Amino acid sequence: MTTSSAPPVAPAPETASTKDPATRPRRRGRTGKPPSALLSRAGVTALLALATLYTLLPLTWLLLSSTKSREDLFGTNGFAPGDEMHLAENLRHLFTADDGIYLRWVLNTVAYAGVGSLLASVFSVAAGYAFDKLTFPGKERLFSLVLLGVMVPGTAMAIPLYLLAAEAGLVNTFWSVFVPGLVFPFGVYLARVFSAAYVPDEVLEAARMDGASEFRAFCRIALPMLAPGFVTIFLFQFTQIWNSFFLPLVMLSDQDLYPVNLGLYVWYSSALSQGHPEDYLLAVVGSLVSVAPLIAVFLMLQRFWKSGMTAGAIK
Amino acid sequence: MASPSTRGQRRTAALLLSPFLGLFAVVTLAPLAYAGWLSLFTTRTSGLGFGGTESVFAGWDNYVHALSDPEFRDGFLVIAAYCAVYIPLMIGGALALALLLDTGLAKARSFFQLALFLPHAVPGLIAALIWVYLYTPGLSPVIDLLASGGLDINFLSADNAVFSAANIAVWEWTGYNMVIFYAALQAVPRETLDAAKVDGAGALRTALSIKVPMIRPAVALSVLFTVIGSIQLFTEPKVIYNASSAIGSSFTPNMYVQTAAFQNNDFGLAAAASLLIALFAAVLSFAVTRFSRRGSKS
Repeated sequence: MTTSSAPPVAPAPETASTKDPATRPRRRGRTGKPPSALLSRAGVTALLALATLYTLLPLTWLLLSSTKSREDLFGTNGFAPGDEMHLAENLRHLFTADDGIYLRWVLNTVAYAGVGSLLASVFSVAAGYAFDKLTFPGKERLFSLVLLGVMVPGTAMAIPLYLLAAEAGLVNTFWSVFVPGLVFPFGVYLARVFSAAYVPDEVLEAARMDGASEFRAFCRIALPMLAPGFVTIFLFQFTQIWNSFFLPLVMLSDQDLYPVNLGLYVWYSSALSQGHPEDYLLAVVGSLVSVAPLIAVFLMLQRFWKSGMTAGAIK
Repeated sequence: MASPSTRGQRRTAALLLSPFLGLFAVVTLAPLAYAGWLSLFTTRTSGLGFGGTESVFAGWDNYVHALSDPEFRDGFLVIAAYCAVYIPLMIGGALALALLLDTGLAKARSFFQLALFLPHAVPGLIAALIWVYLYTPGLSPVIDLLASGGLDINFLSADNAVFSAANIAVWEWTGYNMVIFYAALQAVPRETLDAAKVDGAGALRTALSIKVPMIRPAVALSVLFTVIGSIQLFTEPKVIYNASSAIGSSFTPNMYVQTAAFQNNDFGLAAAASLLIALFAAVLSFAVTRFSRRGSKS
């Protein structure tokens, strides 16, 4: 295994080779031959810093570019500040362009991703719990169907969905993008894992003894225990819908229905193909404005996404 | 078990499952079935082209057409090349970074975790917009930097488009998978690691012979999701396509489908090609699952 070719940054070969001696002494116990702990500590930290540079530089570019005027955007170095601070003007331009359509796109995205993933999480948790805790005929066969759903890629479904929506007269409506987001097979899989881990059978048994109905046991006892799993599933589906591009591109032609992604793409394409350089700046500032809250949400909910990703990985 | 309780469980299961299963049927199963039906038909212009179009049963023609179309097949070759670059780099990188974090030597570990994860919070489209700027000659500080070092690269040429798209995906997904691997590494039993140390294994040896094999299921799952994701490749090349004349409108299978449907209005072909992509993804993920399961048993 070539772990030494690790960081996906191009100019790294010399630094990478220093890694082997660097990693040798592990945790507290240092025995025998290791080189100085300071050196190894520095080596490991340097490698991580290099990878961090690679992840942060493009974001730095986005942040800096959003503060530039159009002339500076194309005229100054992308990793350096522009000659004048232009952020306020850019933001004003962003929110007033095309009669303030950007705000409309943001609200659409909140509806598609926020409301959509909230409902999708409720449905997933209910289904996952049923698969884990209840007995009913055909259970495992139905669950394999769900797993099939996990394996069929969402993007490959966009055209079949479009064809069906066209038949039903739903193309270019809010529902054509909203409804597909409500279905999250991987969420059902995760919810089953969570239910097995978080909801002890004994507690349910006790509730049944006390005469609680199955539905009541789910609502009053299991659901609160599943709350962290719920947040995780919500976050997964939220990013998925927020990220989706192919489906809205195929379904929507009315700009008023666009999510942010599609709107930014249209600005970006018109900047390139129709020679509207001012639209390029809009796409850049619009990107920053839509990414910033997402990053904030991730920072706040760190605990949940970490635990969720782990639950998916280690069964 | 008393039968009223069984009945209660069945009724509740039906209640809890029906929203998901109902929507699943509408959003996944029905479109698949409808696309399957449509894929068997082709539209022909009747008469001399004045009389409108009619739908004609075509049997497997659309599938044969797609499979024998070099543009469609080339799309899969692009995906194969893309996977060959992207998966080892991304999974290897994520694994290496997770192992580095797990040595416990680095300072500011939680800062690094977060900074490396951050690109994942950026939607793929926006990531592509950022990187395409960094790929564009005359604008990109990266190209200027490389050129001053005597390295002239055209990131947007046909040959490099695969690597350029792979780099965007590496940027987006390495930190995400690193977090997964790091969490899995922390679940490796301390005693096993202590035993290795007693046996005289160095950190590198411990990493390669003990830690990596022990988190194999997590790695296999990541590879599976990465493969499924790669087959869907669309956003990044679509954005690159806008900036570069070098890549065609059927660069990847999904782009082929979109072109067939909306530029050529050949919905039968688009449906057949979509189903082939979905089938390919399902078969491949089944194979990956099977393979990794057998590997972890031995």
